[in-house]
Amino acid sequence: MVGMLLTVMMIAPAVVAAACFVWRVPSAVERFNLIGSIAVFLTAIPLAIFSASGPYRYWGDYVILDMPGAWVILCTAVVYLLASIYAVGYMRLLTEEQDKLWSFYALFAGFALTVLLSAIMNSAGIYWIAIELTTLVSTFLVGFERAAESVEAAWKYIIVVSAGISLALLGTVLFYWSGSFVLGPVFDMTWDALRQAAPKMNPALVTLAYLLVLVGYGTKVGLAPMHSWLPDAHSESPAPVSAMLSGALLNGAMLGIVRYLAICDAGGVGEMARTTLVVLGVLSLALGALFIVRQDGIKRLMAYSSIEHMGVVALGFGFGGPFGIAGALYHMLNHSLGKSLMFFGAGNIMRSFRTKDIRKIHGVGRRYPVQASLWLAGAVAITGAPPFGLFLSELIILRAGIERGYHWAVYAMVVLLLVIFIGFLNHFRQMYFGAEPEADTRPQHVSRWCVTPMWLALAPLLLFGLWWPQDMWKHFATIARVLASPPS
Amino acid sequence: MLIAQLDPLASSIFSFMAIASLLLAFVMLGSRWLNNYLYAFAAESWVIAGLSAAMGFYGGFPELYLIAILTALFRGLFLPYLIWRIIQRLSVTREIHEILQPSSALVAGALGVVFSLTVAYHIGQSLGLAGTVTVLALTVMLSMKLIGFLMLAVRHEALSQILGLLVLENGIFLGAQILVPGMPILIEIMILFDLLIVVACFGVLVRYLVAHVGSTSSLDLNRLVG
Repeated sequence: MVGMLLTVMMIAPAVVAAACFVWRVPSAVERFNLIGSIAVFLTAIPLAIFSASGPYRYWGDYVILDMPGAWVILCTAVVYLLASIYAVGYMRLLTEEQDKLWSFYALFAGFALTVLLSAIMNSAGIYWIAIELTTLVSTFLVGFERAAESVEAAWKYIIVVSAGISLALLGTVLFYWSGSFVLGPVFDMTWDALRQAAPKMNPALVTLAYLLVLVGYGTKVGLAPMHSWLPDAHSESPAPVSAMLSGALLNGAMLGIVRYLAICDAGGVGEMARTTLVVLGVLSLALGALFIVRQDGIKRLMAYSSIEHMGVVALGFGFGGPFGIAGALYHMLNHSLGKSLMFFGAGNIMRSFRTKDIRKIHGVGRRYPVQASLWLAGAVAITGAPPFGLFLSELIILRAGIERGYHWAVYAMVVLLLVIFIGFLNHFRQMYFGAEPEADTRPQHVSRWCVTPMWLALAPLLLFGLWWPQDMWKHFATIARVLASPPS
Repeated sequence: MLIAQLDPLASSIFSFMAIASLLLAFVMLGSRWLNNYLYAFAAESWVIAGLSAAMGFYGGFPELYLIAILTALFRGLFLPYLIWRIIQRLSVTREIHEILQPSSALVAGALGVVFSLTVAYHIGQSLGLAGTVTVLALTVMLSMKLIGFLMLAVRHEALSQILGLLVLENGIFLGAQILVPGMPILIEIMILFDLLIVVACFGVLVRYLVAHVGSTSSLDLNRLVG
C-alpha cells in the first residue's frame, strides 16, 4: 500500500513533465500540472499517516519513507497544489511567455519531483545529489522570465548554492570516512548506518564533517550568513515558483540538517551541533529583522521573512526535545501555507500595480477588498500573531528554548520577532492606508485562479491556530522520539 | 584500516599525485588566461583519474578502474570540451578585473594550504594516523576547497567562476579516492553525471547572461541589492 502510494506520488510529476514536453499546448499543460499536483497531494496525506507505522524501505534500502521525510513531503505537496492552482491564473498573465509555457510546467513538475525525491532518499550521498538537482531545475524557473534581473538572480543562485552545497558533499565524504573506521571500508551510507556507527566515530572528525554539512545545506535553507542568493531568487522568479522555493525547497534542505543532527546526537557531539544551529537561527532572525524593517521590494520583503522563518525552524530543531521538534515541524507546515499565501498576494498586487516597489503601492484595501483582506490576514499570520498557526508553533519553540536552557536565544528571538512584527506590518499600513497621490485607476480584474488558493491557504492556517488536533500532537511526539532514539 | 597498511611505493605514488593536483590548482590560481585554467583543469582531472586507477590497483577495488576511465573521459575530456566551446562563444580570453593580482592570490592560496595542513594534522593526530598519506589527502582536499573559493571570490568572469566550482569538486573527488575508496560506485557515478548536467546548465545560463544582461562579468550583476 505505502509502496504503491509512493510510486504514484513519484510518477505523477514525472508523467506531467513528460506530457508537457510532448503536448506543449498552453491550455493542456496547465491542466496536466494541476492534475499531477492533486495526485501528489492526495497521496501525501495517507503517506504522512502511514509513516507512523514505518519506516518503510524500498529498492534495496535506497528509498525510505520515515516520519520526518513524510512530513516534509506533506508540506511540499500542499505548496505544490496551491502553487499549481495559482500558476494557472498567474502564468496566463505573462502574455509574452505563452509559447514556452510548456517548459515552465515541465520544469515546475520536475522541481516538485526533485524536492519530493530528496525527502525519501535513504543514502546521504544520494540525498546530496537530489538537493543538487533541485538547484539545477529551479535555476531555470528563477530565470524563466529572461529579464536581466531574473537572469542575474538565476546566475547568483546557481553559483552561490552550488559552491555552498559542495561543502555539504565534502562533509558527506568525511562522514563516510569516519563511518568507515567503524563499519569497514565499504558500507551503505544510509542514515541509520551512520547513526549506529556514530557513538564510535571520532568526535573531532564528526564535528568537522557536521560543520561542513551545516554550512552546505544551510546555504540551501537560506540561513544567515549564507542567505545571499535567497532574496534575489525569490523576488525575481514568477510568484508560484517563489512559493515553491520558499515553502517546499527550504524544508527539503532543512530535513538534511535534521538527519545529520540526529547522527551528531548519537555521536555525543549533539551539544556543539545544536548550539551552532541555534546561533545560525538567531543570526537569520536578526538579519531578517534588519532587512524587513528597511525594505522596498514587495517580494524581497517576503523573501527576508522566509529567512526569518527558517531561522525559527532552525531554532526549534536546535533547541530539540519533544517541544522543539514538534514546534519546528508544525512551523514548517504553517510557514509553507502562510508564505504561499503571501507570495500569491504579492504576485497579484505586483501585477495589478505593475510595480514591485512598496512605496508606489497605495490603497490596496479599497481597490481589491476581498483579496486585500486575505492578504492582510496572511500578513498578520506570518508575523506570528494569534489566532493563526504560526503563533502557536512559535510559542512552542520558545517554550522548548526555555526548557532546554537556551535563555539568551529565547530572549533574542522574542525581541527580534517583535521588531519583525512591527516592521512587516508597517509596510502593510503604508500599502493599505497610505495617501494616494495619483488619480485612482480602475481596479483590474483578478482571476479566480489567483484568489482561490489564497482562501485555501488561509483556512487551515486559521484552523490550526484555533485547534490543534490531538493526533497531530501524538504524531509530532513520535517523530521527536524517532529522532532522539538510536535506530534498532 | 586500509590507508595505514599501504606499502611505501603506493603511498609515495598517492602523495605525488595529490601534490601534483594541488600544484595544478595553484597554476589556475596564478594565471589570468582562461585557456590556461582550462588546460590546468584538464590535467588535474587526468591526475585524479590516475589516482583512482592506482587506488584500484593497490587497494584492491576493481570498480575504481571504471571510475578512473569515467573520470578521464568526463572530467578530462568532455567537461573541458564543453567549457572550451563556451570560451569560443564568448570571445573573452582573459580575466580583466581581478580583486587580487595573481601573485597576491598565490600567497593567499599558500596561507590556505597552511591552514588546511593545521586542520588535517589535528584530525590525523586524533585518529592516530599522523604521518600517513591520510593527512596529506585531507590537506589537499581542504586546500583545493579553499583555493576554489578564493577563485570564486577574486575572479569575476563567469567562466572563472564555473572553473572555480569545478576545482571545489575536484578537490573533494581527489580526497574521496584516497580516504574512502570503498564509497558506493553508484554515488560516484551519479556525482560524475551530476557534474555534467551542472556544466550544461552553466552553458545555457552563460548564453542568457550574454543575451539578456550583455556581460559575463559578475561586476555587472548589480541590479539586485538590499
